[in-house]
Amino acid sequence: MIGLSHYLIVSAIIFSIGLVGVLRRRNLLMLFFATEVMLNAVNIAFAAISHYYNDLTGQMFAFFIIAIAASEVAVGLGILIVLYKKHGSLDLDDLASMRG
Amino acid sequence: METLVYIALFAPFVGSLFAALFGMSERRIFVGVIGSSLIGLSFIASAILAYNLYLTGTVIQVTMMDWIHAGDFNVEFGFVIDQISVTMMTVVTLVSTVVHIYAIGYMDHDKSFNRFFSYLSAFVFSMMILVMSDNFLGLFIGWEGVGVCSWLLVGFWYHKPDQDRKDNPSISPSWAANEAFIMNRIADLGMLIGIFILYWNTGSLKYDEVFAQLPYLSDSVLVGAAIALFIGAMGKSAQFPLHTWLTDAMEGPTPVSALIHAATMVTAGVFLVIRSNPLYSMDAVSGVSFFIASLGTFVAFYAASMALVERDLKRIIAYSTLSQLGYMFAAVGLGAYWIALFHLAAHAFFKALLFLGGGNVMHAMHDELDLFKMGALRKKMRGTWIYMTVASIALAGLPPLAGFWSKDAIIETAFNEHTYILWIVLVITAGMTAFYSFRQVFLSFHGEDRHTALGFDPHEMYKFVLVAMSPLAVLAVITGWFMGTYKAFIYNIGTTVQYDMSEHTHHLATYLGLLVIFVALSGIAYAYIKYGQTGDKAWKRSEKVENGFFYKLLINQYYIPKFYEEFITKPYMMISEVLWKKVDLKIVDATVDNIAKFLYVSGDKTRSMQTGNLSNYLNWMAVGAVLLLLIAAISAMIA
Repeated sequence: MIGLSHYLIVSAIIFSIGLVGVLRRRNLLMLFFATEVMLNAVNIAFAAISHYYNDLTGQMFAFFIIAIAASEVAVGLGILIVLYKKHGSLDLDDLASMRG
Repeated sequence: METLVYIALFAPFVGSLFAALFGMSERRIFVGVIGSSLIGLSFIASAILAYNLYLTGTVIQVTMMDWIHAGDFNVEFGFVIDQISVTMMTVVTLVSTVVHIYAIGYMDHDKSFNRFFSYLSAFVFSMMILVMSDNFLGLFIGWEGVGVCSWLLVGFWYHKPDQDRKDNPSISPSWAANEAFIMNRIADLGMLIGIFILYWNTGSLKYDEVFAQLPYLSDSVLVGAAIALFIGAMGKSAQFPLHTWLTDAMEGPTPVSALIHAATMVTAGVFLVIRSNPLYSMDAVSGVSFFIASLGTFVAFYAASMALVERDLKRIIAYSTLSQLGYMFAAVGLGAYWIALFHLAAHAFFKALLFLGGGNVMHAMHDELDLFKMGALRKKMRGTWIYMTVASIALAGLPPLAGFWSKDAIIETAFNEHTYILWIVLVITAGMTAFYSFRQVFLSFHGEDRHTALGFDPHEMYKFVLVAMSPLAVLAVITGWFMGTYKAFIYNIGTTVQYDMSEHTHHLATYLGLLVIFVALSGIAYAYIKYGQTGDKAWKRSEKVENGFFYKLLINQYYIPKFYEEFITKPYMMISEVLWKKVDLKIVDATVDNIAKFLYVSGDKTRSMQTGNLSNYLNWMAVGAVLLLLIAAISAMIA
């Protein structure tokens, strides 16, 4: 039987994968994917916990997150295109213009 | 009438502000003229108020505005014109007017002429607040105001360098000014505590309300308040052991010495005790009152003894001021408040005259004050000589001049109270007073001419200055004749100021008066024999006398300034140095410095985080998030 803990473990594993992606990847596009992975890991946890407690609030939240993530991706990708046109690359090591 | 009160109070203030406008510019004669006229206006207003009070006997009380309203604590800017304050107002403004006019001549060559008038008028304004206020807080503001003005004026020639104590006992004007200010701070703390005690126990600062509550207070409160207030009076009126500043304050310009350090400010202490007479005449504080009388008598004698050998003209007059203040305190201590107030007024007139005459001599001798370098000045300075002689007779206490009536009344009071030791000391002091004041007159104006050989060519003061001094001379002569009138005038105020001699004393009054006159005359005669003659009998300096023990003791002021320097100033200096080097630098400053250094160093080290690389930032963010999670987890576990 697949219980709540299994879902949460999956969620935690996906979140960790996303986190490692955020920390290790150098390409901005890949960073975007990694954040999406983390968001969806959270969505899994929301949905699972919501089901466990028989409370729809968590699932509603998951929908909200999906909606916001979609709009965020739309804006973010737009910025990425502009950045790529300007610098010819999306590698973070080439984009370090704010060195203190 | 209310308008007159405000004119009397604010005319000097306007004068001060007006002179301040020209403070930085060169000498403008109209600054002095306008300043003097405004003080004169203030005098006229005060005189009308006094006359009106004399005719109608109605005390005027005005409240200008609310001052402090905090919870239950209410103080108003209120002024009271009663017999006591109106006496002070008239005396202060009259002497101030004369001194202002005098200063136009005296400060003639000084490049800070305008600044001088600004300070001098500011002083008069503060003094008016002091005497007119109807509550202790207003009095305290005036009290501090005159202190600041005194500091400014004593140190008026602040550019003069410090000298060794052997060459100049008061070191320098700025040193003397600081000494005066600091010594007064010590006393003011006492006074402030006294005011606190009264407020704490009566819930008011207004004289009327405080005095109405007095019978309901416990003895210890009354004694505490009386002692604390008297400590304040001791500082301002330079009573032992806070007396050394007064003679050193002579470093200031002579008009300042005449106005502040003889006629007005130094009498503020006496005024405070007279103002608080309901407190000091309580049975519970009779011990304190007797102490005041004893201290006053002691100071009268003590200061007179130092004046016997002093060579500096102004310092002699300063000692005589101290001595006369001692007489006033003797009177207030014995309960004869109105006699003290009368002596205060009479003393203000003849002492200011004496000082201004001394200023003429100083002006003529190009700031030389050593009596040993003068002699026979009367031929060249006839007007000044007459003034000085009149003032000295008044000071010595010969009838019919002012000093006789008031001082004799004080001495009689001591007899009347059966305090015979005080009486004897006061009589002896009267003889010493006569001696030193005439020693000073004879040394400067009579005897052999010693100044010509030293290259001095004295000249008389300007005419208008001599004319301006004449009101003081007239008052120094006639004030005493109005003692009876004044007595009737001030008796209206209440029973506590009333003081009458017993039948027994009254019977003996003539003999007592004759005794005082005899003692004073013998003092004068001795001074003449020793210092006044010319030719073979002329006075010469004697090594033997000047090396004698008593001479050395007196000329060094009983070594009290030396004592203060060795046992107070120097240890204080050492402690300050230790605190500065050990505590301040090593602990206080070091703490502040290290906080700054820590922030600086940590900022410098963490600066390398700002690589500009988004990936690094994200890593740091992750580290931060993990740290926050850890903290949350740990605190949750602890809770």
